[in-house]
Amino acid sequence: MDAGSREKKASRQRPPIPHGPPRGAHGLCHASVCIDYPARLSRGQSHPTPDPIALSELPLKDAAPADDAADGEPRPGHIRKPVGWSMIVIGVLVAVSAALVWRRDGITGVTEIQTHDLSLFGGILPRVLAGCLLGAFIAEILPHEKVSRSLGPKSGLKGLLIGAAFGAILPGGPFTAYPVASALLAVGADFGATIAMVVSWTLIGYGRAIAWELPIMGTDFTLWRIVISLPLPVLAGALGRFVFVRIYPNGEPE
Amino acid sequence: MSATLVIDIILWGSVAAVGFIAFRRGPTVLKTSLREGTMDFINIVPRIALGVIGSGYIAAVIPQEIITGWLGPDSGWLGVLTATTAGAATPGGPVIGFSIGAVALKAGGGPPQVIAYVIAWALFAFQRLLLWEIPFMPARFVWFRAAVSLPFPFLAAAIAMAIGKP
Repeated sequence: MDAGSREKKASRQRPPIPHGPPRGAHGLCHASVCIDYPARLSRGQSHPTPDPIALSELPLKDAAPADDAADGEPRPGHIRKPVGWSMIVIGVLVAVSAALVWRRDGITGVTEIQTHDLSLFGGILPRVLAGCLLGAFIAEILPHEKVSRSLGPKSGLKGLLIGAAFGAILPGGPFTAYPVASALLAVGADFGATIAMVVSWTLIGYGRAIAWELPIMGTDFTLWRIVISLPLPVLAGALGRFVFVRIYPNGEPE
Repeated sequence: MSATLVIDIILWGSVAAVGFIAFRRGPTVLKTSLREGTMDFINIVPRIALGVIGSGYIAAVIPQEIITGWLGPDSGWLGVLTATTAGAATPGGPVIGFSIGAVALKAGGGPPQVIAYVIAWALFAFQRLLLWEIPFMPARFVWFRAAVSLPFPFLAAAIAMAIGKP
């Protein structure tokens, strides 16, 4: 997350500033950090990040009641621009592969795969929406302090266990897990607990195991695979924390 | 199909539950998060369209025999290493990943190697990283998580060898 949005997130947690201007008295700029944001902000480096301005340095007349202001404007979000380098890589791979399939199997091979994948896409779409909504709700209702206490850098083994348990019970596919993990990061979970959550979702989560692994791989393999995987999320989270404090001794860089 | 239906019900039930909590916090909280979630959805759909509609082609041109041939029970740690690499390189969704695993098992692949393959695929299949994880999460977190996950297919294979299962 960039500094600007962190400032804004922080500002939303604060109580309204008592000696701010009366409601409606200020001009077009509602924000406590008076920067013209694009409608949606990406979290990464891929957009021009305005220089962060410490709240304390701002002239008080711009400091509108913080939680009010947040309602009237788009909150800095966590989705990147629709087109990025990763999408270009996938796009090129898809184009090359489609060309190879076309050369090998002719146009019927191409349309066959296309039809199958289109129906798959149609089936996934509502779940993607559900995942995005779940992530947004969780980001909105989880109290920042509580999350950073139970899942933050100082949460210890308990934080990792909570993260792992959360990942294991989380319903849905990647369309749920990643928005929710991103929301957790945004509201104060550290890398370790979030890693435990993501790894637990991929390895122990029941969704994929029931829907795909059990029918394809068989019960015996699936159950043993899950049993063997049980300790891995917490270990991964612990390793993540161990490495994190050594790479970033002063916290995550901006 | 019924399993997916159950999962769908749990998924939308969870959405409804947290949505209700948000609503109890006040209509503006509900409105903000609804708008937020919908914007996320709109932003993410083009990527998913490209990935899901295109991934069939990528999977179709990967020769499965090459992946499964190297995972025999006598392949030992080299086989585990191969399996881990293959898991990371396997494109496509769960059907493809698990199918290759199942084919490898049927073709005489060693269980520890197949475990390593499935776990590596689950942890860092490149296509999922690019398609799902990077769009939703900070890129630094994604690479960090993938790097930290590297030892775990090997650890899982070691556990599988030690307990002699599955």
